[in-house]
Amino acid sequence: MCATSSDEIIKVENVSVSYYGRKATTVLAVDDVSFTVKKQEFVSIVGPSGCGKSTLLKAIAGLLLPTKGKIYVNGKEVTGPQRGIGMAFQHASLLPWRNALKNVLLPIEILGLDPEKYLKRAEELFEIVGLKGFENSFPWELSGGMQQRVSLIRALIFDPEILLLDEPFGALDALTREELNLVLQKLWVTEKKTVVFVTHDIPEAVFLADRVIVLKSRPGKVIHEEVINLPRPRTLDMKLSDEFLEHVKVIRDKLGVGVNVK
Amino acid sequence: MSRTREITLKERIKDLIVGYLLPIITLTIIVIIWETVCKVFNIPLWLLPAPSDIIYQMTRLTRTLLYHSYITFYESIIGFIIAVALAVPISIAIAYSKALQNTIYPILLVFQTVPKVAIAPIIVLWFGLGLESKVVVAFLVAFFVIVVDLTTGFLTAPPELIDIARLLDASSTQIFIKIKLPYAMPFFFSGLKSAVTLAIVGAVIGEFVASTRGLGYLILAATPTLNTDIAFAAIVMLAIMGIGLFGLMHILERMLIPWAFRETL
Repeated sequence: MCATSSDEIIKVENVSVSYYGRKATTVLAVDDVSFTVKKQEFVSIVGPSGCGKSTLLKAIAGLLLPTKGKIYVNGKEVTGPQRGIGMAFQHASLLPWRNALKNVLLPIEILGLDPEKYLKRAEELFEIVGLKGFENSFPWELSGGMQQRVSLIRALIFDPEILLLDEPFGALDALTREELNLVLQKLWVTEKKTVVFVTHDIPEAVFLADRVIVLKSRPGKVIHEEVINLPRPRTLDMKLSDEFLEHVKVIRDKLGVGVNVK
Repeated sequence: MSRTREITLKERIKDLIVGYLLPIITLTIIVIIWETVCKVFNIPLWLLPAPSDIIYQMTRLTRTLLYHSYITFYESIIGFIIAVALAVPISIAIAYSKALQNTIYPILLVFQTVPKVAIAPIIVLWFGLGLESKVVVAFLVAFFVIVVDLTTGFLTAPPELIDIARLLDASSTQIFIKIKLPYAMPFFFSGLKSAVTLAIVGAVIGEFVASTRGLGYLILAATPTLNTDIAFAAIVMLAIMGIGLFGLMHILERMLIPWAFRETL
């Protein structure tokens, strides 16, 4: 079956994922989730912890298979790890024995390509994320934000079509986080990738995305999709605009944040 | 975003003093106190010999001490080398195979908790009174430590990195060589450092059970005749051997995986 239209690059169709929990019970992590992502679209998935955001990303990547439902990438059903997907996580997970440049070139080596041919691309990416001059620094010489930039360009070096980001800025302080939001926007604009970005930070989700998919937790279920039409490139000042705040409010209300606190 | 700044000569000297001089000074003070207490309170030689008495025995019996040291060293080192040679492939196999992870590894963990001292007499029964039984005890003591540490090391590679590699169609050999193996190295060396000193303990235990040579034998032979100073001289030899081998492992570690010592790069 090939139900995807031409500009739909990711199609998640009635996907449920359950785990074997303790005491032989099955835990439903993701419950009947459906959505699509268009080519070069930036989609944020936002929801509280336990809503199966990370599970969903892993399922799209083919790192785990859904219990029910199907996922299509580029019209093909996902049945195993998807080559051509770049991923970054909350932990930068850089190899401590390699400098920044060698860390970025790791995917190239694994793919059996010639790292020499990717030096120029690496140089450009270091420049875009503002890390020029740090190519030879080792991970422990870099701040958390800088390590995360390296991890982002490691995900991009081999020019994947899709970038899956699992709370990449979750461990950073608020200021670094905003700066990296700008860096990611810049990367997305120059690299023209399809991005699925998982976060629990509503303003961050709105700031970056063309569309925000809102999940509720236990089990994870799509409860709302918010289209964000703010002009690009977005600036941090926009976070104070009425339109931006309205989007944040709608999502927060849908998630019911604060309703239990009187 | 400052780059590493120049380390001044003053700081370097300070580091040297803190790193090397202080431990030496502490040790010297302890020895001086020990010596003074022995002499002032006239503690009998058979009860607690003073450092000077031990040094006297070491100079008097240098050849004997060196001979027995050589025997114990030989037993420990052979046991240690066999332990490394067997532990490394077994750990690799466990790291590669989920099935082995669930079968062999728990058994190894159980065996590790068995006190080797308790089985030393049985080992001597099986392997005889010669060097072999001591080598086997040294091996047993060292082996489990290395296997457990190295296997733990193989299992510590961040799962996200392995996911990233899987998305690049990495073979399990690639994942092993580029990610898991280097990640395991600090654990491996920590295992080697414990194992090499434990191997000496193993050899001495073996000698305690039954032997005619080695530092363990010397200690056992010296104490009933109240030659406590000779026993202490043998203990000093054991300490030197232990510190030397530990130091050797430490130097190897610094040379092979300098990245594990961030401040020096």
